[in-house]
Amino acid sequence: MIGNDIQLDTKGRLKHFLTIEGINRFLLLEILDYAESFAVVGERSIKKVPLLRGKTIANLFFEPSTRTRTTFELAAKRLSADVLNLNILSSATKKGETLADTLQTLEAMHCDMFIVRHANSGAAHFIASQVAPHTRVINGGDGRHSHPTQAMLDMFTIRKHKSDFTSLKVAIIGDILHSRVARSEIHALSILGVPEIRVIGPKTLIPKNISNLGAHAYYDMNEGLKDVDVVMMLRLQRERMCSALLPSEHEYYKRYGLNEEKLAMAKPDAIVMHPGPINRGIEIDSQIADSYRSVILQQVSHGIAIRMAVMAMIMGSQSEEIQ
Amino acid sequence: MRLKISNGRIIDPANNIDQTANLFIDKDHILAIGRSPKGFKPQKEIDASNQIVCPGLVDLCVRLREPGQEYKATIASETAAAAASGITSICCPPDTIPVIDTPAVVELIFQHSSNCKKSRVFPIGALTSDLQGQTLAEMDALKTAGCIGVSNAYAPIVDTEVLRRALEYATTCKMTVHLYCEDSYLSNNGVAHEGSVSTRLGLPSIPETAETIAINRVLLLIEQTGARVHFCRISTARSIELLTEAKSRGLDVTADVSIAHLHLTELDISSFNTDCYILPPLRSQRDKEALRAGLKNGAITSICSDHQPHDADAKSAPFSMTEPGASTIEMLLPLTLQLVRDKILTLKQAITSLSSAPAKIAGIDTGHLSIGATADICIFDPEASWTVERDTLLSAGKNTPFASWEMIGKVTHTLIKGNIVFQH
Repeated sequence: MIGNDIQLDTKGRLKHFLTIEGINRFLLLEILDYAESFAVVGERSIKKVPLLRGKTIANLFFEPSTRTRTTFELAAKRLSADVLNLNILSSATKKGETLADTLQTLEAMHCDMFIVRHANSGAAHFIASQVAPHTRVINGGDGRHSHPTQAMLDMFTIRKHKSDFTSLKVAIIGDILHSRVARSEIHALSILGVPEIRVIGPKTLIPKNISNLGAHAYYDMNEGLKDVDVVMMLRLQRERMCSALLPSEHEYYKRYGLNEEKLAMAKPDAIVMHPGPINRGIEIDSQIADSYRSVILQQVSHGIAIRMAVMAMIMGSQSEEIQ
Repeated sequence: MRLKISNGRIIDPANNIDQTANLFIDKDHILAIGRSPKGFKPQKEIDASNQIVCPGLVDLCVRLREPGQEYKATIASETAAAAASGITSICCPPDTIPVIDTPAVVELIFQHSSNCKKSRVFPIGALTSDLQGQTLAEMDALKTAGCIGVSNAYAPIVDTEVLRRALEYATTCKMTVHLYCEDSYLSNNGVAHEGSVSTRLGLPSIPETAETIAINRVLLLIEQTGARVHFCRISTARSIELLTEAKSRGLDVTADVSIAHLHLTELDISSFNTDCYILPPLRSQRDKEALRAGLKNGAITSICSDHQPHDADAKSAPFSMTEPGASTIEMLLPLTLQLVRDKILTLKQAITSLSSAPAKIAGIDTGHLSIGATADICIFDPEASWTVERDTLLSAGKNTPFASWEMIGKVTHTLIKGNIVFQH
């Protein structure tokens, strides 16, 4: 199983958080439970706990991101860590420095943890394999491969609204082919026991072996949404439009955009999720995005709690190791 | 020098020989097998008891990285690794820097390789100028300079008209065209086989059709042009079917497969192992089985190392940012012998696929032990086992997917033109 050897320590605890794949149900539930305790921190007037005081966390973003980077930053600050934001797009790599050299430079600054976002699948694994033994890595999204904290915050959100994973039908809609979010969500849902995971989209955007991951492909929105409990929309990248993958925004919206009519196929109490930022009128109708069924903004605040939980768990295993 | 190789099991598929006997060498050629020629007094004797004596191996695809990428490897380092692996003749593809599209580059390679006094090097010239796929290379000049064939290496020839004319012109020059078949639109910068592993890891993928469509395009052009084409590094089950069908229609085509594709699949890249980033991509288990079967039934006749040594940095990055290719030359013989133990090939077939078959494709007079032939010979212990360790590889490229694999079969002596260029 991929990643296990590198992301878990000998006691089976999280050492790095690179992918959902290969992590057992108990550990995923532990993350969710731990995140519950941090969710309340954000609601207090003093939003800080001293768990990571004296630790330095570097946000290594090789790809632009607002939401993920800021929630990681907030999460780290609420845990009292020092945060370094490195926008590598505009610095080192442009000057021809290799990724391995960039990492060495940053390690010399004695960072305890790297949050990594990179355009290439496997980048977080590569970085985790390169860093010093005490340095921890959290994958903030690598290529099309994995975005584990996003999947966990989605699971957290689902659990807030639906009591039991093992009775759910969940549909993920959109560009599955290029989506790290979809891959991580499929793994998380399946590990947590969701019996029916569907992916919906045009054939051009659904990998043909997706059933190997445990998801069933639907090419028709009405069929795919029938009786689902959770509707997870994906963001459609602009560059996919007007290519060999899709003819136009208009036609995509017509077939796969979420509107009232299509949502009516789902269960009456189905929730609507989206990792953001949303493209109103392309993948989702404005009214639905703003409706009571949408939990999109909750996802954002849950993101902070999940990231606090993951960071605290990982640094917990680090402190013990150093002692 | 007069040399006697005594008591070895001599296997020479080209002459249908498999017997334990003595082999006598005078200067650079084979003098006799069996009884000692009258008055022959050896100056040196090699005891080959319990060992196999076979023609020196011929490898149809080895990147030497010289000229242009000497920081990865050199002719000296790689011909030494080849010699230690029983490989006496190496064909190198034209994608050096500069490209092998002028006689000057060919001469440079000959000069450097003859200085090294290790394996013989046979350059394959460019099919199109600078491998750009637009204008024809000076194939006649390349042939005169010593190229044994022409190829466009990994570079695509997108324009089918150019491919057609290149095949016609190569035919005019009586040159074999070594073609790597990949539709560059379909492969679309992919780095892994389009299958369950690429889906799971989110790696840009290369569908089977990238190869099969390109093969079909070439097969139809062969019918039209009469070109002599050798298909390089076949990787899918469907490709084997296409080639078998073409042969049954009477087309004179040959194909090779890389040793890595006979032993590895997409599953081996499972944890973003960049040493398994190879082109064509490692494919499914089913494809691997079909390649093995194709070798058994003769659809594919030769096995090559497709050796591609790299510097450490080339493989030290996120998967799709690394450079493709694996260091495999030292594993070519033992991993082929493994196919004998796996009951895919007979020992005779295995040796054929590494010697007489590739020699015939390259059009070079080696790969056999006929009386009077150049004494290019490989002697190996078929039972000796050893473990692949990166640091002890002779190749400058340590990027092997076979690190820590157990190998059975070890070369003890390699002779080129009657000279012992390697002994263990």
